[in-house]
Amino acid sequence: MTTTDSLVDRPATSPAFQPISGGRKTKNLFATVLVTLAFLLALVPLGWLLVTVVVNGFEAITTSTWWSHSLKGVMPDEVNGGVYHAIYGSVIQSLICAIIAVPVGIFTAIYLVEYGRGKLAKTVTFMVDILSGVPSIVAALFIFALWITAFGFPKSALAVSFALVLLMLPVVVRSTEEMLRLVPDQLREASYALGVPKWKTIVRVVLPTAMSGMVTGVMLAIARVMGETAPVLVLVGYSRSINFDAFDGNMASLPLLIMNELMNPEAAGQLRVWGAALTLILLVMLFNLVAALVSRFSAVRSK
Amino acid sequence: MAKRIDIKDVDIYYGKFHAVEGVTVSVPPKNVTAFIGPSGCGKSTVLRTLNRMHEVIPGARVEGQVLLDGEDIYGTNVDPVQVRRTIGMVFQQPNPFPTMSIRDNVVAGLKLAGTRDKKKLDEVAERALRGANLWTEVKDRLNKPGSGLSGGQQQRLCIARAIAVQPDVLLMDEPCSALDPISTLAIEDLIGQLKQDYTIVIVTHNMQQAARVSDQTAFFNLAGVGQPGRLIECNDTEKIFSNPEEKATEDYISGRFG
Ligand SMILES: Nc1ncnc2c1ncn2[C@@H]1O[C@H](COP(=O)(O)OP(=O)(O)OP(=O)(O)O)[C@@H](O)[C@H]1O
Ligand SMILES: [Mg+2]
Repeated sequence: MTTTDSLVDRPATSPAFQPISGGRKTKNLFATVLVTLAFLLALVPLGWLLVTVVVNGFEAITTSTWWSHSLKGVMPDEVNGGVYHAIYGSVIQSLICAIIAVPVGIFTAIYLVEYGRGKLAKTVTFMVDILSGVPSIVAALFIFALWITAFGFPKSALAVSFALVLLMLPVVVRSTEEMLRLVPDQLREASYALGVPKWKTIVRVVLPTAMSGMVTGVMLAIARVMGETAPVLVLVGYSRSINFDAFDGNMASLPLLIMNELMNPEAAGQLRVWGAALTLILLVMLFNLVAALVSRFSAVRSK
Repeated sequence: MAKRIDIKDVDIYYGKFHAVEGVTVSVPPKNVTAFIGPSGCGKSTVLRTLNRMHEVIPGARVEGQVLLDGEDIYGTNVDPVQVRRTIGMVFQQPNPFPTMSIRDNVVAGLKLAGTRDKKKLDEVAERALRGANLWTEVKDRLNKPGSGLSGGQQQRLCIARAIAVQPDVLLMDEPCSALDPISTLAIEDLIGQLKQDYTIVIVTHNMQQAARVSDQTAFFNLAGVGQPGRLIECNDTEKIFSNPEEKATEDYISGRFG
């Protein structure tokens, strides 16, 4: 007998696990390559931008006067002076904006999540949607028409802050709303069941639980408006020296300084443009860093 | 302390949906009453009307009377916050406050009501935790977050939190459904002890549990899908489990349906 395999040698049933088929392996490889390429592609402009800004701006921000002096009395072609007046402007304008936008935004979000029912809530949500679609130049023009033309106030950092409020508000409302909705209803009910009134439940249970996410959202929103250019172009004059008064007079800010130095054909102007760009990135990074730290500090711990 | 509850001809709605119809039950003080019945028949709904938690849901409303020692908790001048302070509740899923330590969870009710006295809070925390049979397990980590405990410990923490405000009545909605047999036993023992001071109403799917812990049992049922749930029978637990008056009760208890 020359049978190659007898019934006895053959397994009674086929094994439960088959090796991965060739087709699936190919598909898997294809998908892996595709997403990796997409990732690298997205990384290229980001890396490029960072490298360009750092390479070109490094020299300027390491000069001895960069962080401590303004450009008062500095000639266009003179490599001297610094941008502390513009840093002050950027920070103070964003802070005034935050002082107005953060409470209003958080209260709006609390209304929408905890109290909002029916028509009014729908209207508010709709308005926030519209506001988040408003381009920054339109917000700037609106404040110009209202604050400066209609009310007759002078151009000032305050006007800039108002325009920034319009841009920041929807971001704060949205991110806060999201965070509040993540708080499980069970926690609210647990609090009600202890005989805690609703407002106290919101203040002592809901907000602390959502706090870390809310802080991150607010910080990111501040970082976002810090680089806005349209409002500063429309609503405040440029100044080469420091102005501490947010309510009156010209005030520099980093985007405005960049716009002005762009028109300076001298090499010193180029240096300042890149230096200010790098400074702006560093400032925003600092804010994000603070956001990360604060949110970690206020995060809900489980162990 | 412990008070009696009389539910009189209560109808409960979720918006247009009529969830529970014509329930009348009396719960004597210092007594454990179990609510049993198939899923969806409205046990949780009835329980939540007893401390006015039902109306937290948008559109939900209640008709009829719920008397606490003769006083209607749905009366016109009654503050729901006050009602909930008098009638505590433990939920099906343990829900400690994630931002608070174990100690702060226990005294949350008092703290949020404005008590600041640290010594008093510490005393209350210890008393409530001992009452919930959790003290020995957590006494060395009172300042750790409550969410770091096991499920059974978290549930006992929630019981401690509910009894820390010294309510007159304690409502429990399937408090053991997420727990292992040992934690379940611990909580059943606890219910036996708590009954000396509190009036307790407990919802359970576990017949043996109802038989073990309760003095009286109320059986709820649905006439059909989409129909409101209703109370079929309420009697001494012994009688319900040995010799119920209604056929439906007997069928349910002996496992012939539901
Ligand atoms: N928030 C709600 N909105 C609308 N209807 C609800 C809501 N909660 C419960 N219901 C309905 O009310 C009825 C009773 O529900 P309930 O939760 O009281 O049942 P149950 O007896 O506790 O069931 P289970 O044993 O599964 O917990 C069900 O038909 C349910 O679909
Ligand atoms: Mg239920």
